[in-house]
Amino acid sequence: MNEVLKAENLQVFYVLETLGEKRIAKAVHGVNLQIPGNEVYGIAGESGCGKTTLLKVLFANIEPPLRAFEGRVYYCVNDKYIDAFSLSAREKRELRWTYISYIPQGSMSAFNPVKKLKVTFLDFLESHVRGKDREELLSLTNHHLKTLGLSPRILDAYPHQLSGGMRQRVAIALSTLLKPRIILADEPTTALDVVAQRAVLQLMQDVQKELQNTIVLVTHDMGIHANIATRMAIMYAGKIMEEGSTEDIFNHPLHPYTQYLIHSLPKIGDKTPRESAPGSPPSLVEPPPGCLFHPRCPQAFPLCSQEVPELVRVNIDHKVACFLRGNNRASCS
Amino acid sequence: MPVVLEVKDLTKIFSLGSLFSRLRIKAVDQISFTVKPAEIFTLAGESGCGKTTTARMILGFEPPTSGEIRYQNRKIEEFQDKKAWFKEVQAVFQNPFETFNPLRKVECYFFETIHNYQLDKEGRKASVLIEEKLQQVGLSLSEIAGKYPGELSGGQLQRASIARSLLTNPFLLVADEPVSMVDASLRMSIVNLFRKLRDSLEVSVIYITHDLATAYYVSDRIGIMFRGNIVETGSVEEVLGKPKHPYTQLLLESIPKPDPQERYKTSITFLEEKEEYLRSGCKFAGRCPEVQEICKQKAPEDISVNGVVVKCHKYIK
Repeated sequence: MNEVLKAENLQVFYVLETLGEKRIAKAVHGVNLQIPGNEVYGIAGESGCGKTTLLKVLFANIEPPLRAFEGRVYYCVNDKYIDAFSLSAREKRELRWTYISYIPQGSMSAFNPVKKLKVTFLDFLESHVRGKDREELLSLTNHHLKTLGLSPRILDAYPHQLSGGMRQRVAIALSTLLKPRIILADEPTTALDVVAQRAVLQLMQDVQKELQNTIVLVTHDMGIHANIATRMAIMYAGKIMEEGSTEDIFNHPLHPYTQYLIHSLPKIGDKTPRESAPGSPPSLVEPPPGCLFHPRCPQAFPLCSQEVPELVRVNIDHKVACFLRGNNRASCS
Repeated sequence: MPVVLEVKDLTKIFSLGSLFSRLRIKAVDQISFTVKPAEIFTLAGESGCGKTTTARMILGFEPPTSGEIRYQNRKIEEFQDKKAWFKEVQAVFQNPFETFNPLRKVECYFFETIHNYQLDKEGRKASVLIEEKLQQVGLSLSEIAGKYPGELSGGQLQRASIARSLLTNPFLLVADEPVSMVDASLRMSIVNLFRKLRDSLEVSVIYITHDLATAYYVSDRIGIMFRGNIVETGSVEEVLGKPKHPYTQLLLESIPKPDPQERYKTSITFLEEKEEYLRSGCKFAGRCPEVQEICKQKAPEDISVNGVVVKCHKYIK
């Protein structure tokens, strides 16, 4: 057993009450995950499919209107699995940034604009490291930035003096300062152009190689997953539709949704018309019955609208939730 | 050959800093290009390369420092007012959620445009006209009637934004990063729409993007911008198929390919943009793998190689 992070049957919903009317958005709906150590684990899916909510749950940061109805998240700390939801606020704080850290979406805009970056780094270190004075903390920061190939000069800059790509890399440097075993990164390269994006991905890979830890990377860009993820999961409307090694997902996508995601991508040197998946993503408040993808699926048959397919293993290392594949009762292949 | 839009030696200089330590940054530096009828012309490049500034000058939001923009052989200044100009040239913006006021119904924008340009004069009812334009983008009035922007998806809103821009029957659309905020799974529906508009309505499009894969898919010709210069222009097959300028090569290499066999092999250096803008020779010299002595001293001239115009010393004999 080498999983560093496990999630079992997560049922985490947004409970919205407006004018006495209760609406439940099923953002994470029956998700099971086993994330091994020393990997880059990609989670792909379109906006509003629950990827960000899933990361928040894995970080054990569940605040209203988000509520966990069922399920557990386990962290593997010192070879023992601990239940992340039962930790006290103090215990959580001790694990954060030393064991697990989180780079939320848009974190490059999260720096205090009226403070130099040095102050942000020191604030952060002083609240997580005890028994060291400012000089020691600063030299730790300098050393860390140098190993990541960033100039320690940026500590004297204000956030607005740096470009977006640079700020994103500083945010990554900050989150990896205490050498966490798990880094949860939410869309770290969205809003960056291709060159800055490449620099950020390069940095994340360097960090991962050096620390031999696990990065859970959430993005909708399949190109990024193909480039740095070692394993990946495809999420659709709060459920995992397919899971496997990156090679398997890209070379033999099994779920019709994954096939759409991969085949709709334009390629340079190929002008043949490409189609997006028809229709639009389902509402999480009133999800369709049966398989959530069936209203948009070109291969749907009657069973798909009646029963929910389970995520089952079809190959040694490849799982899919589709009646067309695997042993989901009515197998038609 | 007739030309819809001709941009000649367009320059925009921004001054930074205080009155005494002025720093002049040439955000757009003497660029020239043309857009032909029923053609999609792409301006591509990384953030801060001046592509949005160019779009803003074409739309008349920003006065150029020097150079001229001619639309069907008339100077942009010859149009008496903004209205006459926007009847011909319309804009599609990046983020559809910011294009529309969240507290106003989407349909208001359609009726307002019709009222402003008095498009219902010819005896056609406004709603018929709106329905026609919405049909062209794959929507219908009943889908958006009475709805606020928050009730529509990003893809629907972006299509509504395009439908609104078509109301005046423009000859040219300026689309600034129209798909970067739209989901990957819906992106192709927007890009396909531009192709359809070009083929059926003969609308020309200036498509501004940093996503070269969609640029290749949608456009006829492309200009690669770098720090205010257009470093390479030509047909998209030629420029992206056989890139000449080292910067185009770097851009192409940096696109993450959706294929796990083709991962990045080399690493890159990353410089701050201000430093590059102030460089005196070729602005790419600081990162160029094939840099020569001359690149650091003298800015390269445009040179034509196999039908492609390149700004690089490598090709000057």
